Amino acid sequence: MTDRKTLIAKQFIQTLPHSVALGMELVEIGDGVAVIRMPYDKRLVGDPETGVIHGGAVSALMDTCGGAAVMSHPTKASGTATLDLRIDYMRPATPGQTITARAECYNMTRSIAFVRATATDEDTERPVAAATGAFTLERQS
Amino acid sequence: MKRARPEPVQVVKQRRDRALKTIVDGVPYAQFLGIEFERHGDELTAVLPFDEKLIGNPILPALHGGATAAFLEMTAIIELSWSTVWEDLEAGRIDIAKLDRSHLPRLPKTIDFTVDYLRSGLPRDAYARARVNRSGRRYASVHVEGWQDNRSRLFAQATGHFLMPQRDG
Repeated sequence: MTDRKTLIAKQFIQTLPHSVALGMELVEIGDGVAVIRMPYDKRLVGDPETGVIHGGAVSALMDTCGGAAVMSHPTKASGTATLDLRIDYMRPATPGQTITARAECYNMTRSIAFVRATATDEDTERPVAAATGAFTLERQS
Repeated sequence: MKRARPEPVQVVKQRRDRALKTIVDGVPYAQFLGIEFERHGDELTAVLPFDEKLIGNPILPALHGGATAAFLEMTAIIELSWSTVWEDLEAGRIDIAKLDRSHLPRLPKTIDFTVDYLRSGLPRDAYARARVNRSGRRYASVHVEGWQDNRSRLFAQATGHFLMPQRDG
């Protein structure tokens, strides 16, 4: 069952063209938690003088990771969409390093999933960004 | 009193378009997403032409929330940068002949950004305009509205705070 879920979740990422375009890779998923990495790519740079990845690409990573966390929650969701996402940028990600996001679905109601997420580069002690979001829930019925 | 003759319209347009292009071309991620900026006087409208790689939900299909967030954040940053350059540009303090990235202020840095998804993004072009609500010496607050077919039916809006680049001198 869990293996099947993991497989479904992995395929879920692979079928999101935008996530594929940004080079995202699923690291871990299950029970309302998802970890997704995004390797450094020059095309995603926001400021060429510093080589730092654009905040928008980090947003896309956080959003995908949040959605994956919702889909992996034991209460079966058949679909989800972002209602609201807030991102705090704590420091610029170090150029050349992979950014990894971890999202956790910490509360579920009948129709909403509440998610928090953090993103780090190779220095996992100091987060690059933090996010909180609300996602819609579609349920099989 | 004799008034100075106004500048020829082409000179004015060239200067403004050149400055805008220099700002936008300096952001690789804007190129990656295919974002373009249309200018009417000092008013900017960002355009995100539809592309398959912007899709998040292939079944609906709908734009990826991350693509929408990035589009709105890009619109806010370019608007903020443009609004700070505008005054110097119009006062003739920027030498258009040798205008490049190094002669423009650094881009503002995002402190936080909150996106409100109002309806799913359709597989077609999207537009956005940003309004600088407050721009101080160090911080700025910007609101962005995104729409597709109808200007009055927003598909997403966002608010963000930005750290302004420190000016020389």
